[in-house]
Amino acid sequence: MDVALVQVSNISRSFGGHLALDDISFTVAQGEILGVIGRSGAGKSSLLRCLGALDRPDTGHIMIEGHDLTTLPLSQLIGLRRRIGFVFQHFNLLGSRTVAGNISLPLEIAGMPRARRAARITELLSLVGLSDHGHKWPAQLSGGQKQRVGIARALANAPALLLCDEATSALDPETTTSILDLLARINRELGLTIIMITHEMDVIRRIATHLVVLDHGRVVENGPTLDILGADARSPVTQALLSETQPQVPPAIRARLADTDCAGARIVIRLRMGGAAAGQPVLSTLGRRFGVDATILAGGTSEIAGQPFTDMIVCLSDYPAEIRDFLHGLDPSLKVLGYVPADL
Amino acid sequence: MSRLIFDLILRATWETAQMVLISGLVAVIGGLPLALVMVATRRDGLLPCPPVARLLGLVIDMLRAIPFIILLVILIPVTRMIVGTSLGTTAAIVPLSLAAIPYFARIAEVSLREVDPALVDAVRTMGGTRWMIVRHVLIPEALPGLVAGLTVTLITLTGASAMAGAVGAGGLGDVAIRYGYQRFNTEIMTLVVLVLIVFVALLQTIGNAISNHLRHT
Repeated sequence: MDVALVQVSNISRSFGGHLALDDISFTVAQGEILGVIGRSGAGKSSLLRCLGALDRPDTGHIMIEGHDLTTLPLSQLIGLRRRIGFVFQHFNLLGSRTVAGNISLPLEIAGMPRARRAARITELLSLVGLSDHGHKWPAQLSGGQKQRVGIARALANAPALLLCDEATSALDPETTTSILDLLARINRELGLTIIMITHEMDVIRRIATHLVVLDHGRVVENGPTLDILGADARSPVTQALLSETQPQVPPAIRARLADTDCAGARIVIRLRMGGAAAGQPVLSTLGRRFGVDATILAGGTSEIAGQPFTDMIVCLSDYPAEIRDFLHGLDPSLKVLGYVPADL
Repeated sequence: MSRLIFDLILRATWETAQMVLISGLVAVIGGLPLALVMVATRRDGLLPCPPVARLLGLVIDMLRAIPFIILLVILIPVTRMIVGTSLGTTAAIVPLSLAAIPYFARIAEVSLREVDPALVDAVRTMGGTRWMIVRHVLIPEALPGLVAGLTVTLITLTGASAMAGAVGAGGLGDVAIRYGYQRFNTEIMTLVVLVLIVFVALLQTIGNAISNHLRHT
């Protein structure tokens, strides 16, 4: 574990005076799924082009499998690119080739003989669940199917690293789920390291084991996804990105939320628990042991990077010290959001 | 229609077909590489060298600016050098080809330029060399447009070949001028025009069919 497959150190890149990447450093270990998130213009695409050896940073180094992308001559760079699979937002399939022909292309480029190519294509088509579609033209496929072909093509030469550029951004929610499941399965079964660039926090929550948050070309957050999403977000950018997928107090209740307690009022708290705590019957414990009524206003338990994670907004009829201590034991970052009248 | 007229027109149609198809072929052989060089040397091309792209564009536009009938005359010594004579169908192929090369090069350049640059990037990320990008992306992806462009070129050549008839190249244009125009033979003139209409319509239909077939939609 923790063999750094990719090591990015202090890279910067500017375009016409504008600093697109500003002193970026992070590492990716073998087998990780790293999510890189940021708003548009945060430098995601520039970073991806550098990682894919399509562009070179002005300063800094990118090591992949012990080779420095920033100093290799072009002839060797071409060889290294074959060790990196690329999945694109708009699929970028060749309309002049069939599905099988598209998957065949990286194999042809790598010089694999025809006989072995056919076997490898069959294998890849079955891996992405498109066994009967080899003879079809890309124009005859749905978006999700096209992306499966894109993934099969990226995997053709058994790459060491898969780079996904907004791979699900052009797809509907259902198809997004199936593509993310496919990527997670490939990561699990092939042990393939994946870097996913996205602007959707939901994609990160579902499959990224590690997370890098970019803003204005700088890394503002970097670490295991669960740590960043579980703790109080440190930077305003991360908070803004997180708020898209985090439970919110329903508007009708928010309108009546007061900062101060008064007689008979109920308290609204935000409870976040990861790991073992997420599996505990917290609400029924509150009822049985402490005799308070607990209502969920928003949220619930979902998975982050394959681990259960509870994030919910709860309304309690009473909030004595022993309940506070009990809940703080489960969620040290517990937050009191306010008080609402009892008749709500 | 007399047997004589039928034979005359049949022979002329065959000569026109020869001139158009052979100079069309030369246009592809000469024009496609020029188009590729123009596209590749653009600022965002595979082998950026904007001065080359500009110079080539200028030469091509200069050639295209010369009226065909003038080109025909200017080239007489060159034609005589290449094919030994400046008269007849074979001789006409030289100026026709030289006019068709820059014409097709421009059309082909537009088709090649319209290939999605993201596809070029995709093949670069696979570790494709420049030549692989040309062979596997630029030409196959532009092929429907190239075929449509070739169709336009062949039809333009049909018109130009009629002009070549004026200097003794043979073909349908020659028949139309000598028999139809100079001898006031309306029957032959009408027949030649009808044959040309069918000839052009046939080229366009075949060209469209091939181009659409290659689009794979």
